[in-house]
Amino acid sequence: MNIGEILLKLWNDSGFAYIFAHFANGGWQNFVMIIIGCVLLYLAIVKKFEPLLLCGIAFGCILTNLPGAGLYNQELWNNFMTEGHEAYHSYGTILKEGGLLDFFYIGVKTSIYPCLIFMGVGAMTDFGPLLSNPKNLLLGAAAQLGVFVAFFAAKASGVFTTLEAAAIGIIGGADGPTAIFLTSQLAPHLLGAIAVAAYSYMALIPMIQPPFMKLLTTPEQRKIKMEQTRTVSKTEKIVFPIVVTLFVALLLPDTAPLIGCLMLGNLLNETGVTERLSNTAQNALMNIVTILLSTSVGATMVGSNFLTGQTLLIIVLGVVAFILSTCGGLLGGIMLCKITKGRVNPLIGSAGVSAVPMAARVANKEGQKANPSNFLLMHAMGPNVAGVIGSAIAAGFLLSVFGG
Amino acid sequence: MMHFLSDTAVNLQFNLFAFVENLQYMGVGMLVIFVVIGIIVGTTMLINWLFSEK
Repeated sequence: MNIGEILLKLWNDSGFAYIFAHFANGGWQNFVMIIIGCVLLYLAIVKKFEPLLLCGIAFGCILTNLPGAGLYNQELWNNFMTEGHEAYHSYGTILKEGGLLDFFYIGVKTSIYPCLIFMGVGAMTDFGPLLSNPKNLLLGAAAQLGVFVAFFAAKASGVFTTLEAAAIGIIGGADGPTAIFLTSQLAPHLLGAIAVAAYSYMALIPMIQPPFMKLLTTPEQRKIKMEQTRTVSKTEKIVFPIVVTLFVALLLPDTAPLIGCLMLGNLLNETGVTERLSNTAQNALMNIVTILLSTSVGATMVGSNFLTGQTLLIIVLGVVAFILSTCGGLLGGIMLCKITKGRVNPLIGSAGVSAVPMAARVANKEGQKANPSNFLLMHAMGPNVAGVIGSAIAAGFLLSVFGG
Repeated sequence: MMHFLSDTAVNLQFNLFAFVENLQYMGVGMLVIFVVIGIIVGTTMLINWLFSEK
């Protein structure tokens, strides 16, 4: 083989040659997806939109759309999901024939990553504000309204199947790991679109929520100053995760992986004798899993799957879900305000959409705009962490009803 | 490319039957969340009563 033939072979084997040779027949999709990956990187790095996750998702998107690299093989996962196929539910086939990102993706498919992320979130969460004022937990329930309305709208559109609609609805839970957990079980082919929509809207919370906070509450309500929360004892903080795990997992067994890991992480943090484990869960483990999770979610953004009208509709339904969840939380806050004769500032209801701690910060900021001496952050943290529990319960409900 | 786009275009349609059928899921879903959260609220109040520092 002479130099010319070697160079020609190298060119023919290259991704560039594939894109040019198959441009009209799918190559353009790879090209567009690489551009989308770069735009997402810009949003993550320059605009700081959830950079810890969006960086990995964007780079995973670029890697998976490199023709010839074979890092992620959609076909293998399609076979994995096809009942009757010889590779049906065969991780052996994935390990034998898959690429690097296929191996990463096993952690998503088996729900290991979302659960480990929940463990880290639990280790970082202080349930003190919630324990000091338990009725605020109800705001975390009210703020799940968008989940079911978006499910309802997606199904009624006639475009999505019931399983796909349920996965789309969970965007309203404003909780990335929960969205990934549920989507990987019910509609794995929509994982890329749903994860990108969920994380993008979480980053846009400071822009999405305030107009609806002003629309649904009066200036007088926004000015309400809440009483200082009481100090919660250590015993309460230790007993809470154990009791909640028992009750919730017994009532809705499908929530056990998420709630169990969330509460285990929290227990490790509260015991006072497992400091090393708590530190690992909220730092090293969380960071490692974030890298693997985000890259493998990005890997599912294969052009032929992502560049569809469905993706656009998911993005529209996602923002509707977010807005309605915010409104649900605010309406819950207004009800609590009336029931308690003005002792609860309804703005804290908007923090019930999960998205810890961004939503609580937005509630605090809007409260301070109405009344500069208002400090709602700790009060809003109660509904905020209740939103994490609420979205996990919503996911468990959808999984138990539609998961088969 | 145009052929691909037309193949994947979303065929939006309002399905009244699905709308009514799925209304029950919405109602039951919200009810389940409120019931489970309500039980957690009750349990938390019990924990407060039993273990809070007087």
